[in-house]
Amino acid sequence: MSLNSADIKRIAHLARIEVSDTEAEATLSKLTGILGLIEQMQAVDTTGIVPMSHSQDVTQRLRDDVVTETNQRELFQSIAPAVKDGLYLVPKVIE
Amino acid sequence: MINKSLKQLGAMLQGKEISSVELTQEFLNRIDRLNPEINAFITLDKEKTLSQAKHADSLLAAGKGTALTGLPIGQKDIFVAKGWRTTCGSKMLETFIGPYDADIIERFDGVGAVNLGKTNMDEFAMGSSNETSYFGKVQNPWDRSRVPGGSSGGSAAAVAARLCAAATGTDTGGSIRQPASLCGLSGLKPTYGLASRFGMIAFASSLDQSGPMAKSCEDMALMMNVITGFDKRDSTSLNREKEDYTRDLNKPLAGIKVGLPKEYFAEGLGADVAKVVNEAIAEYKKLGAEIVDISLPNTQLSIPVYYVLAPAEASSNLSRFDGVRYGHRAKEYGDLMDMYCKSRAEGFGAEVKRRILIGTYVLSAGYYDAYYLKAQQIRRLIAQDFENAFKQCDIIMGPTAPSTAFKAGEKADDPVAMYLQDIYTIAVNLAGLPGMSIPAGFAQSADGKRLPVGLQIIGNYFDEARMLNAGHAYQQVTDWHTQMPEGIE
Repeated sequence: MSLNSADIKRIAHLARIEVSDTEAEATLSKLTGILGLIEQMQAVDTTGIVPMSHSQDVTQRLRDDVVTETNQRELFQSIAPAVKDGLYLVPKVIE
Repeated sequence: MINKSLKQLGAMLQGKEISSVELTQEFLNRIDRLNPEINAFITLDKEKTLSQAKHADSLLAAGKGTALTGLPIGQKDIFVAKGWRTTCGSKMLETFIGPYDADIIERFDGVGAVNLGKTNMDEFAMGSSNETSYFGKVQNPWDRSRVPGGSSGGSAAAVAARLCAAATGTDTGGSIRQPASLCGLSGLKPTYGLASRFGMIAFASSLDQSGPMAKSCEDMALMMNVITGFDKRDSTSLNREKEDYTRDLNKPLAGIKVGLPKEYFAEGLGADVAKVVNEAIAEYKKLGAEIVDISLPNTQLSIPVYYVLAPAEASSNLSRFDGVRYGHRAKEYGDLMDMYCKSRAEGFGAEVKRRILIGTYVLSAGYYDAYYLKAQQIRRLIAQDFENAFKQCDIIMGPTAPSTAFKAGEKADDPVAMYLQDIYTIAVNLAGLPGMSIPAGFAQSADGKRLPVGLQIIGNYFDEARMLNAGHAYQQVTDWHTQMPEGIE
């Protein structure tokens, strides 16, 4: 599981974070150290152990299917980077 | 006055010896004087703060005051507050103004407490030294060249420097307890699910929990009464009856069984810290505690497990920061993909990026079983360690952190060394148990500084009242918690 800087660039792309070649190199050494730490887990026999995703054994609550929120579009859009006519603006995605 | 507890200040307010406006102004003046160096607060809004104080005074005048009415509290900048800049310590949210109130903010507002300002923190709560904050590092009031711990480093420094009466924090792997230990105050991470996560900017949702950071256990009990309670807006909030956390404060400790995990006193623990913690345990013996040797055999594994699960959850949670609806957007970009990648590259700091990348990697196709699932399996083993331990004892004690506060910059470039700071705190989050740190004394550093040491107390699920009882009893016979750093008068 040793990584190279091409792997870093691939993972960064999956995470939608731009990294330069220099950054990828610097990140590589740090990530290799962290993954080395993580590797300790592989020595443990976990056969048959049920994964624990949550500390409390509770089930998801359900609520009535009714409208509970009020429309606060203007308030929420007041902190958006770019809006027009009540819509969020992004670069054109459909030609 | 600045060294008085919430309880004492509350009595002064109720007795009309002082007004909330006067008290609040006193703390604001202290912030003006000391914060430019300590950097514990990153956002102040004196107008809002003083208008809350005026409102509190009117409640008090009308006889409608309760325990925390009129008391100035520092709020960790991870909690969204309406009309307040809420940054989570990140450039990503540098200009983000909260459009609503987090549950915890609502609760403090609801009892007439005063929001004194937003405290500094590691970016997105990822760090153990407060050095990853976009808004600069925080000084430890006990030695300004040292870190306050993290991620709730601003809150810890603010309480230690008496810049506020108390503060809030959040704890995903030790972020309340470790800074409380390094800055000489009391901090409590409640049982997972007791405090709502609504409006608390998410890091690792299955571990995140908010809690009080204060000068004493009695003050923390008063804050727990406000912070906890069911919230339908948080799907993991537990629907339990409200408790009064002050109810057992004065119970005698005689006969309480205190477990000492041998793994918490093994290699890696600083000798100076061990000495102070052992003295604190001797004090508990005098109070009538029975000491039991226990074992938490999977302690060492808690760090690798945490550094799979927390980044995995973080990589998912932080995908919301896309530069579209709020937060930082790059100035120049090409297509939509380029906008995402550049905005996130510019908006996140190095440690946050590292954790997102680790999380993305361990969740990616082909690695999920080997890392994520494996970590969840070992998480169960860690929780079972505690389950077994609590068959032998009522509470567990040990060190909070392996060392006292370290020098700024000392571990900043070595993530693995930084992660080891949380060796005694992380397992508690993985199991979802309550954990607390209280001041237990001081150790002398090589350069002659007097640095605080914290004693960690871990309880069984929902056993916060007993933990606070244990802490309060100790604070009745010791005065570590009332000592103040020099140079903050």
